[in-house]
Amino acid sequence: MADPLRAGAPETQPLRLANVTKRFGTHTAVEDVSLDLRSGEFLCLLGPSGCGKSTLLRLIAGFETPTSGSIGLDGRDLAGLPPHRRPVNMMFQSYALFPHMSVARNIAYGLKGLGLSRAATAERVEGLLRLVRLDGFADRRPDRLSGGQRQRVALARALAREPRVLLLDEPLGALDRSLREETQAELRALQRRLATSFVVVTHDPSEAMTMADRIGVMDRGRLMQVGAAAELYERPANRFVAGLLGDVNLIEGRLGADAAGPTRTVETGLGPIRASAGAALGPGDAVVVALRPERIRLADESGEGLAGRVIEVTFLGDRIRRLIRMEDGTVLRASGPGGGPDWPVGADVRLGFAPASAVVLPA
Amino acid sequence: MTPRSARPLRALVRLPPLLWLGAFFLVPFAITLKISLSEPATAMPPYLPVLDWAGGVEGWSSFLEALHFTNFETLAGDALYRDAALASLALALTATAILIAIGTPVAYAMARASARWQPILVALVVVPFWTSFLIRVYAWIAILKPEGLLNAGLLRLGLIGAPLEILNTQVAVLIGLTYAYLPFMVLPLYAVMSRLDPVLREAASDLGASPTRVFWSVTLPLAAPGLVAGALLCFIPMVGEFIIPDLLGGSETLMLGRVLWGEFFSNRDWPLASAVAVLMLLIVVGPVILFREAETRRGEAAR
Amino acid sequence: MSGTNRIALILGLGFLYAPILVLVAYSFNASALVTVWGGFSTRWYGVLLADRPLIEAAWVSLRVALLASLIATILGTLAALALERHGRFAGRGLFTGLVYAPMVMPEVITGLSLLLLFVGIGLDRGIATIVVAHATFGTGFVAVVAAARLRGLDRALEEAAADLGAGPARVFWSITLPLLAPALGAGFLLAFTLSLDDLVIASFVSGPGSTTLPMRLYSQVRLGVNPEINAASTLLIGAVSLLVLTASWLTGRGTGEGGKDDGKEAGKAGGTGHAPA
Repeated sequence: MADPLRAGAPETQPLRLANVTKRFGTHTAVEDVSLDLRSGEFLCLLGPSGCGKSTLLRLIAGFETPTSGSIGLDGRDLAGLPPHRRPVNMMFQSYALFPHMSVARNIAYGLKGLGLSRAATAERVEGLLRLVRLDGFADRRPDRLSGGQRQRVALARALAREPRVLLLDEPLGALDRSLREETQAELRALQRRLATSFVVVTHDPSEAMTMADRIGVMDRGRLMQVGAAAELYERPANRFVAGLLGDVNLIEGRLGADAAGPTRTVETGLGPIRASAGAALGPGDAVVVALRPERIRLADESGEGLAGRVIEVTFLGDRIRRLIRMEDGTVLRASGPGGGPDWPVGADVRLGFAPASAVVLPA
Repeated sequence: MTPRSARPLRALVRLPPLLWLGAFFLVPFAITLKISLSEPATAMPPYLPVLDWAGGVEGWSSFLEALHFTNFETLAGDALYRDAALASLALALTATAILIAIGTPVAYAMARASARWQPILVALVVVPFWTSFLIRVYAWIAILKPEGLLNAGLLRLGLIGAPLEILNTQVAVLIGLTYAYLPFMVLPLYAVMSRLDPVLREAASDLGASPTRVFWSVTLPLAAPGLVAGALLCFIPMVGEFIIPDLLGGSETLMLGRVLWGEFFSNRDWPLASAVAVLMLLIVVGPVILFREAETRRGEAAR
Repeated sequence: MSGTNRIALILGLGFLYAPILVLVAYSFNASALVTVWGGFSTRWYGVLLADRPLIEAAWVSLRVALLASLIATILGTLAALALERHGRFAGRGLFTGLVYAPMVMPEVITGLSLLLLFVGIGLDRGIATIVVAHATFGTGFVAVVAAARLRGLDRALEEAAADLGAGPARVFWSITLPLLAPALGAGFLLAFTLSLDDLVIASFVSGPGSTTLPMRLYSQVRLGVNPEINAASTLLIGAVSLLVLTASWLTGRGTGEGGKDDGKEAGKAGGTGHAPA
């Protein structure tokens, strides 16, 4: 943020994390995380429980202090700023609605001290209630609301101060499945309309893929990869990311000696495989080839490709998944739409795939 | 996590209770300890030496020279005090054992009652706990005395030929202790037992354990923290109990609390009373520390 | 419920209530002889109301209890906040001990040592010294009840308030305190009842003219069973039952998130105490 022209230019990067680390005693909850949030972006932090994603959110909100590294907002370092002075707001996983206050008073809570007149406050609360479709619920107590209604009150309350960045900790975690899917779309639409930057923590990959502009995958305190869902799916940075976003075959091998190019040869138990690889890997490195089941093409015994035998067929409605044992004993999963040629259990088949759809990852 | 700027504010929150309890709980103990090393005098205050605060170092050293251990020698040498200490311990231990035997089934039955009944049962146990201790002990006089209700009932049923001498014996004291402290045993036990996951009991019986085995192998071990808390909560104050031995125990039952009371109010021997207090403190200090640990652990477990 | 459980409950509760019921029944006995039923009468209540010293003592007790429980509620709330919200701090072990120990300490020790303090600093014994003594042990009880409630509160509520721009003071007054209020009410009533009930400590630290109700009752009880005391006891039991009902109503009112376990917490906290005689 040394560039004076960019400082205070909110259109670029409202939130910037630089090498943020948080340790609790000997346990490192967040390790060396750097991340730039774009203005108006919907970012999901995705990872299993205990991966540090919630801690990262609490660091941004100011409930925890980073052990090292810095967190900046619109070019201003947030260090030492207590939660109540930060222009970010948070929607809590438990919603944390004040049980002794009505819906309206919950929403108005954050408006105090903003210098609004009584009428302006009432108007703002009214507007927020309309925004989350809860008009008429102003005087209800939180314990008289359904789960979905509580979720929307929590959202309205967090939006009341018009934060630069809204932090949402598992915002849909307490809702049941059908409501969750409906709310995902709503939340996404709301975010588009407000053009506020959202940082959403979730452990559900499909939820992240449904809502996010970009997904940041976290594991054991580290931010493994940040990118759009398609990018993460097609070009995962490592086997953790590859496995998190859907089913994947991982074939172990060693990188061949051919020159660095868009595709390289990997020596595997199945024989040499051509797959796309980044430049960071050198000849002889231990690698895995990540191959999505739906990218495998099957052909008759007489066709081209690697030989294998179908050992299990599972009908999944919109597609059919087959387990195929290869000649070296490796079992691969292949899936494709129904209605194609029927290879039953015991059928000998040939497998093929485009080199661009197989990705070489560090082992 | 509160930011560092709020830290001085926090010390301010702790200060009033710390100062109050320090001044009115900790300092008094130090004074009691000091006076237990003094000798009685017919003055006000009725003990010597009195520390001359203005005397400086010299005042202190002459003060320290005048302290002696006569009171503790008296306590150790006189059979009356030894017996009182032993009787206090024996009665408190026996009563604690009886309380565990009675309190456990009651707490267990409360925890197994339906959700609708549980708050009512808790209230029923709590009401006597809040009712005047003095009055509840006093009520037993009318029941236990020779011409009292218990004897009248037993005589009428023909179970006994002559009235039993219960009042003014150690048996009456044990009945009184058990009665007065039962809620202290039941409530912590119930608190733990009611939180036990019923699925654990179901799993045990699914694995072939009889109801008795389920109780001994699952319920009771998991309720141990409540049992410990309840036992300490009863044992510690029972050691120093005054009202129960005074009203129900007659002249023959000497417990430490009563001896202390007598030395103080009847004999006006403040130093000896202080020495008895110190002795009592030595008996209960271990259990008190255990109790504090148990409470802290219970607090953390509930987090 | 199984048969054995039912029997355990009936026997246990019967044991707890039989003596109290006997007392109440005999307070309406026309005969002065305690074990002889002489017909229903309210004459002992008349005698009671004419007993000036007893009524004086009741007033002393009420004044002491009110002041002592007010002080105990303030100190106990602060102590609970320190215990539950301050994490580790220097002297935490001592602090915890100071809060919990007065609840279990044999009263003769507390009473004697406080008296020695008051004599040592030359403080005249009277209502003020009883108030100080009762506030000292009441603090622990309030702290236990308040700490249990604080533990049950979702920390996210206070964090949400801070996140919405409330400074520490506003968080405390608008969120923590209102949510703590039912527990503080219950703690206040607990401290109040315990003060009203205390005989031993008050006997040590009271002075001439500051005889409390239990002290007055005790001096008569020592002379044997007395129908007038039965009547006084019945009134006290009635008043206490009313207070308990109010307290359980107050704790039962805790609403919303974090309030589900209130009843149990209060029950537990109530059980964590020793009723001074």
